[in-house]
Amino acid sequence: MADFRNFTKGFFKENPTYVQALGMCPTLATTTSAVNGLGMGLATLVVLVLSNIVVSVIRKMVPEKTRIPIYIVVIASFVTIVDLLMHAFVYELWRTLGLFIPLIVVNCIILGRAEAFASKNGIVDSFLDGLGMGLGFTGSLVLLGMVRELFGNGTIFGIPVWGKALNIFVMILPPGAYITLGLLAGLFAFIGIKRREASKRKVRT
Amino acid sequence: MKLFLIFLSAVLANNFVLARFLGICPFLGVSKKIDTALGMGMAVIFVMTMASVITWLLNLLLVALNLEFLTTIVFILVIATLVQFVELFMKKNSPALYEALGIYLPLITTNCAILGLAILNVLYGYTLVETIVHAVAAGVGFTLALVIFSGIRERLELLEVPESFKGLASALITAGLLSLAFMGFQGMVKL
Repeated sequence: MADFRNFTKGFFKENPTYVQALGMCPTLATTTSAVNGLGMGLATLVVLVLSNIVVSVIRKMVPEKTRIPIYIVVIASFVTIVDLLMHAFVYELWRTLGLFIPLIVVNCIILGRAEAFASKNGIVDSFLDGLGMGLGFTGSLVLLGMVRELFGNGTIFGIPVWGKALNIFVMILPPGAYITLGLLAGLFAFIGIKRREASKRKVRT
Repeated sequence: MKLFLIFLSAVLANNFVLARFLGICPFLGVSKKIDTALGMGMAVIFVMTMASVITWLLNLLLVALNLEFLTTIVFILVIATLVQFVELFMKKNSPALYEALGIYLPLITTNCAILGLAILNVLYGYTLVETIVHAVAAGVGFTLALVIFSGIRERLELLEVPESFKGLASALITAGLLSLAFMGFQGMVKL
């Protein structure tokens, strides 16, 4: 049976970026602006959903011992397709993301979901899982990209928010990526702790 | 002179972890102790060099056959196979080295620094010698960052950190400061 919770768990409770700390390389490298984060997130989402479906379809035919190489080939094929499509239709974005498009292959989220979820569940559940995790990942990337763009460039999605005087240029550079992500991860952990405390209090009274 | 510049650039100015964001997972995962950081670093240098040479040769073949669009699939399969072979070979021929590096080897397959390096070599059009220098330098840079970072984290363990900033958050902010320090090397090398 398809379960809707497979779709929503990726947003907060099992958020791939802030809670599971998976797929850090593209997260840090491509979020210099909200648009770049969105592009990377969507590219990963497409590969994740398609590879989850295929892995789920072939899960009964794949021998136990050679499953990882097979999953990698499936993932790499979809990454190549996405790479070529992006080269053809969104050339500017393809150039900015550059190296990190072929590197979607080694994004641990995708192989992780194939191994942990799609290889054990039906097609619809795997599709929902891939879509939810992909959207959670995209959301994290857009959030991080928005914060960095706002403080580094004074804009969100290219729309000016405040003047240039407040810009902290380092936010767009590599150190800004680490520090922003660290602060956001701290915020997520803080919300998680507060939620747990609140639910404990409810049980007691 | 160019070889020296490639080396310096990959170790310091364009450090794989701190400036290019390649290989973050092992950087955050295996950096709790200096010993394990060193072991991981050595394994990465070794695999990086081997993988770069083999993918460089394979790329010649792919270009000759007009099959460049297969680069991603071929490279990742070759790297995964190579890591398996190295593991088997080490287990048989040098058990001591296997003891030291063994547990880190499977982790390296999913290390994006290796695939990233292979693709970068092709992208920059390096010759074989340049590729080897670049690979060793990238590995050394990775090890350097990992060892410094684990040293800081060992100390961080002993300090009082706010509950929500324990673990991932404080590690990321530390990495940010380290990256800021490494940015001082930028502009030193112009390739």
